[in-house]
Amino acid sequence: MDLQEKIASLLPSATIEQAQYLTISVAKNDLRKAAETLRHQLGFDILWSLTGMDWGTALGVVYHLASSAKPGEIVVLKTQAEDRENPMLHTVCDLWATAELNEREVYAMFGIRFINNPDMRKLLLNENWVGFPLRKDYNADPELNPLNLHSDEVSDLRPKLVEQADGTVKEEWDEIFTNKEYIVNIGPQHPATHGVLHFRVSLDGEAIKKVDPHLGYIHRGIERMCESLTYPQMLHLTDRLDYLSAHMNRHAICMCVENALQLEIPERVKYIRTLMDELTRIASHLLAWSCMCMDMGGLTAFIYGMRDREKILSIFDDTCGGRLITNYNIIGGVMADIKPGFQKQVKEFIPYMRKMLKEHNAIYTGNVIAKNRMTGIGHMSRELSINQVVSGPSGRASGFSSDMRKHRPYGAYDKVKFNEIMRTEGDTFARYSARLEEISASLDIIEQLIDNIPEGQSLVKTKAVIRLPEGEYMEWVEAARGAFGVYICSKGEKTPYRVKFRSTGMPLVAVVDEISRDEKIADLIAIGGSLDYVVPDIDR
Amino acid sequence: MEVKDITLQGKGTKDIEFKDNEYLEQYLQELRANGVNIFVEKLDMLINWGRGNSVWPLTFATSCCGIEFMSVGAARYDFARFGFEVTRSSPRQADVIVVAGTIVYKMAPVLKRLYDQMADPKYVVAMGSCAISGGPFVKSYHVVNNVCDIIPVDVYVPGCPPRPEALLYGLMQLQRKMKVENFLPDAQKAQKKIRKKLKEVEVKQ
Ligand code: SF4
Repeated sequence: MDLQEKIASLLPSATIEQAQYLTISVAKNDLRKAAETLRHQLGFDILWSLTGMDWGTALGVVYHLASSAKPGEIVVLKTQAEDRENPMLHTVCDLWATAELNEREVYAMFGIRFINNPDMRKLLLNENWVGFPLRKDYNADPELNPLNLHSDEVSDLRPKLVEQADGTVKEEWDEIFTNKEYIVNIGPQHPATHGVLHFRVSLDGEAIKKVDPHLGYIHRGIERMCESLTYPQMLHLTDRLDYLSAHMNRHAICMCVENALQLEIPERVKYIRTLMDELTRIASHLLAWSCMCMDMGGLTAFIYGMRDREKILSIFDDTCGGRLITNYNIIGGVMADIKPGFQKQVKEFIPYMRKMLKEHNAIYTGNVIAKNRMTGIGHMSRELSINQVVSGPSGRASGFSSDMRKHRPYGAYDKVKFNEIMRTEGDTFARYSARLEEISASLDIIEQLIDNIPEGQSLVKTKAVIRLPEGEYMEWVEAARGAFGVYICSKGEKTPYRVKFRSTGMPLVAVVDEISRDEKIADLIAIGGSLDYVVPDIDR
Repeated sequence: MEVKDITLQGKGTKDIEFKDNEYLEQYLQELRANGVNIFVEKLDMLINWGRGNSVWPLTFATSCCGIEFMSVGAARYDFARFGFEVTRSSPRQADVIVVAGTIVYKMAPVLKRLYDQMADPKYVVAMGSCAISGGPFVKSYHVVNNVCDIIPVDVYVPGCPPRPEALLYGLMQLQRKMKVENFLPDAQKAQKKIRKKLKEVEVKQ
């Protein structure tokens, strides 16, 4: 019995159709049953992404699910909350822990509240923000939300909607921290939070009791802006999400649009994109390594890492014309063909980087102090990483295989042999080493591709005005911090109806509370460094 | 394969010459032409020379531009060569705040507070088109379109992100400004005015 029939027999009231992915639509009241069935009976234990939607008349949510055995095979669940005045849906955060923060985001952006979610504060926006920005009828009048130069008090109360036995819903408030607790604010301006992230940390002596992350200090409203931009214009914003994975992000959105248009991409472009992705990955991991070492007090490592990274930036500079934000991929190919000296530059870089990796390992990885600060600290179990969908090197350090290059091969990844770096310890040291090992894996991939770039065009012509056929599309790449996805809902216009970027960083912040509990406050910095979040990618 | 040269206003990149911005020095010469008090002048020069060559930036970055800011601090570009010795994590110890990255509504009060916490004399460099004008996010509902609405800016460095060379040039421009500062009472007055205006806005809120 194939999956579709199985689901149909288990959920008779659902409508099932085969679009890009198998899509199951359920009514609001059947949501819990459908979610539980998918989670427990069919083993879909990964909630890749949770997207709020405004379909004009009704608000709703789209869930992208997969199982940890096959993270690349995705099933879509959809539901609607008819009411626009006071929309409510049941939470799924007891089934997939990652839903908690995502549902808070949906509340801030669409105003849908989730029954039984323990925390219904707005994520990203201030509590007193007027209106829900991603709704189609949002009033963007600046008078409603003026620029405020006064910091508001941070409230430690959180509301939640609790379902009573008779089916009615009651609002309750509880305290995150009691006023007996000793609370320290870390961020939003703190050199070790890697951007503007705000943690409220409750301490018992030096030990951490609880961490409450506050997000939104760099929420730029990219998803809303995309709705009024044409497809080629949108590309520029993706580079600026997770700027350390600029190439990969843009690769994802180009792929999504190209697949929707059924555009055939030349082999040469695939090779170039893959090479650029891997170079970006190395640059990103080097930066992560440098910053983590610097946060732990090793300034030398920072200087060394940044020095090596500059070599890659020079290569980008020559071929793309940009260093950090390269604006290189465009729909149908790449902006300009590679420079004649590109291959030579890359081939010089590979042995250099291999040599330097040995040195970095000798200098820092083997250092007793560094080892003691990392081994056994900040343990993340495999279950937790799946439940919170921590993908990328951080998840793989806990044994969660989620590499989209393996599970949904794209670009030229089906033509190369490489190992998915897996570890089982799940502590800070494992995450740290996974990154260094991934650098060498990336070097191997580059080595296999660099001499075999096929001849051909570097760009195929597209129509002057690109309109995607009506439908919903989602494509995935493996960015430096995990699986990055782009969801586009099109109504056949030249601008998209709704765009959602699956943040690679939000799960990393969501696990901080659990993995740093009972560790020392100083270890929080090392744990944060090993998770390596980029905040603009979380806040979007 | 040919690589095309980019042309700007009919000129190729090779024909466009870099022109240093020397208006401050010229202004100074004009002022000095009428003679100055030799003792005070020399003392001021000495103090400003010292100040101008030990400007410590605050470790402050919100997004992409921050990474380029880090690059400028690291091995290849190394702004320590020009007197930006170390970045300081505490605003109390910093002389200049480089606003590297987008400033959004939720961040605005925090930036304001950071600036207020810095000790006088203090300077602001707006790095990147986001800080200058909102950049690519100018139409967003949550992005401040000019940091000048929050804090007074001394030097603007355009780019998205600006190249490290551009930031270095911008920072050196700030040094020049500092070196002639006592001759520019107008500029100081203007700054004070802006600060006063901001205070009023705050009180109203
Ligand atoms: S100016 Fe460009 S690079 Fe700088 S923060 Fe803004 S978007 Fe990022």
